[in-house]
Amino acid sequence: MADYTGVDFMRLDDTQFSEEERVVRDSVRDWVSKEFLPRLQEHVRKDGSFPMELVPQIAELGMFGANLEGYGCAGMNNVAYGLMMQELERGDSGLRSFASVQGSLCMYPIHTYGSEAQRERWLPGMAAGETIGCFGLTEPDFGSFVTGMATRAVRKGDGWVLNGTKRWITNGTLAQLAIIWAKDEEGQVRGFVVETDRPGFEARDIKGKFSLRASVTSELFLQDVEIPDENRLAGVEGLRGPLGCLTQARYGISWGAIGAAMGCYDEALEYSKERIVQGGPLASKQLTQQKLVFMLTEITKAQLLALQLGRLKDAGRYDHTMVSMAKRNNVDIALQIAREARDLLGANGIVDDYTAMRHMVNLETVRTYEGTHDVHMLILGEHITGMRAI
Amino acid sequence: MKVMVCLKQVPHQDAKLDINSDGTWIQEDNIKFEINSYDTYALEEALRIKDADADTEVVVVSIGPDRVTQALRTALGMGADRAVHVNDAEAFGSDALCVAKVLAAVAKAESPDLIFTGLMTDDGNSSAVPPMLAELIDVPSATGVLHTEAANGSLKVERELEGGAIEVVELPKPCLASIQTGANQVRYASLKGIMQAKKKPIDVKTAADLGVSDVASKATIDKVYSPPKNATADILSGSTDEIVSGLMGKIKELGVL
Repeated sequence: MADYTGVDFMRLDDTQFSEEERVVRDSVRDWVSKEFLPRLQEHVRKDGSFPMELVPQIAELGMFGANLEGYGCAGMNNVAYGLMMQELERGDSGLRSFASVQGSLCMYPIHTYGSEAQRERWLPGMAAGETIGCFGLTEPDFGSFVTGMATRAVRKGDGWVLNGTKRWITNGTLAQLAIIWAKDEEGQVRGFVVETDRPGFEARDIKGKFSLRASVTSELFLQDVEIPDENRLAGVEGLRGPLGCLTQARYGISWGAIGAAMGCYDEALEYSKERIVQGGPLASKQLTQQKLVFMLTEITKAQLLALQLGRLKDAGRYDHTMVSMAKRNNVDIALQIAREARDLLGANGIVDDYTAMRHMVNLETVRTYEGTHDVHMLILGEHITGMRAI
Repeated sequence: MKVMVCLKQVPHQDAKLDINSDGTWIQEDNIKFEINSYDTYALEEALRIKDADADTEVVVVSIGPDRVTQALRTALGMGADRAVHVNDAEAFGSDALCVAKVLAAVAKAESPDLIFTGLMTDDGNSSAVPPMLAELIDVPSATGVLHTEAANGSLKVERELEGGAIEVVELPKPCLASIQTGANQVRYASLKGIMQAKKKPIDVKTAADLGVSDVASKATIDKVYSPPKNATADILSGSTDEIVSGLMGKIKELGVL
């Protein structure tokens, strides 16, 4: 099967993307093809592991916090960052999640809400991949209804004591630090940088996942974890803090999902041209062409949506509702495309020599995390009507 | 030390190629291009010298249309210091000698200690330009190089010979080496490197700027075509004995043994 050269029906390459953006995309694409994909299968077959030996390479390429300025970060624009995420998720949603969590959910809050001392203390090591972060917001009983969080931060002397449980935390057992969101005694949400070797902090992996198998998902237990006030992210209070991080990560997902969809389309197209069914290529059947045309059309629309969002983000003219639309739509079409691609691959599509089913089950997670498909619909519904739906 | 690396941007190895409408080259519109694979090893070999000696300057040179800047930016992103882009419609796609003449003019202006090229290009496949370039600027050269070791006044290289033998050659500097694929592990352009590359200069020149004239190809391509698909296969059927005797009969009939 031919190697992957991307999907660009509307010629965005030579009309919309800058040279720098194309070079970034091609460099990441090449790395994913040559270094990541050959190692992926063994991690997918194991339950919940990530090819950690690649972390130094990911860092060397500058993929942690790539759209942040300074502190060892690459300082790329948001379209180049999006293209990077697209290529990482063409590899696997677990790989893109690793980069999303490190960059958008852990480095971004330190960069944006942290003090200069905090930025200098943590960001260079995180950009270098020497310090891995995880993001503790979701709890066993509070997912979309984040306002209900039960984790508490209580003042003690000059510091704080944290108690609570966080669940569905990517990289929890791999991390050296955790961004923990907790309510203080007044009910105000605050963010803390918690080193994971502090007494009372424990992380355990969640096993038995059908999805995101090449990714570590954990549960965090905080029992009387004492934190100095210098570890508090003082630049933000309230849900604005974690939601600001999620907007960044969701932006990356809106590009990443396109990568998964492009990979599925490319695989299904090549397969259907070679697979002979009833005396002719599968691609020569009307039903096959209907599926392929659907895939290409939806990929192209998603590319245009993400590109316009990225340009607005670079110009400082975007808002979180636009991110909701892009995340919701692009993950949804990617999942539909993965299902259609799996269908075209027939029985071959259920084995892990092909990618569509892996992307399909990964995307079930991506549809659920970082604001579910339905929650993003309600965000947009409230935005256009001015009414919070009941 | 200064190392000049010659790069060609060629159609991506996995691009789906069609013949152009007048049947003289491939359709280049809307296909992906990349740096010729052999040249990436040449660039990596040069960057390793720079890794070991920070005073080394790596200059990448390419002949081609506007699109070639992406290949040069990639090379700069990988760590090259600056680029020379010969954007000249006559020189681009010209024959090997004319291409070598243009590169020789760049080499004379740059006076590098070392010139690294790929052994051949993925599209042209001639392997002719590197030795021609060395001859035109009157420097010694080695082809098919798998390993280089730069010393003060010389370059020691290991060349791949037929049958798996390795030949060790020492060339006085300045000299030229054409590098074989697999000579090293080629690095990726890092995102930080790509950002820094924006500030690195690409010097755009025409052949006339370099003082070279008459660079249009002397050789013309008459035709490019895909080999016709022949329906001349005979499929033998029957029992094993019948197939074997049928095959023997065919071999005798064709007189191929």
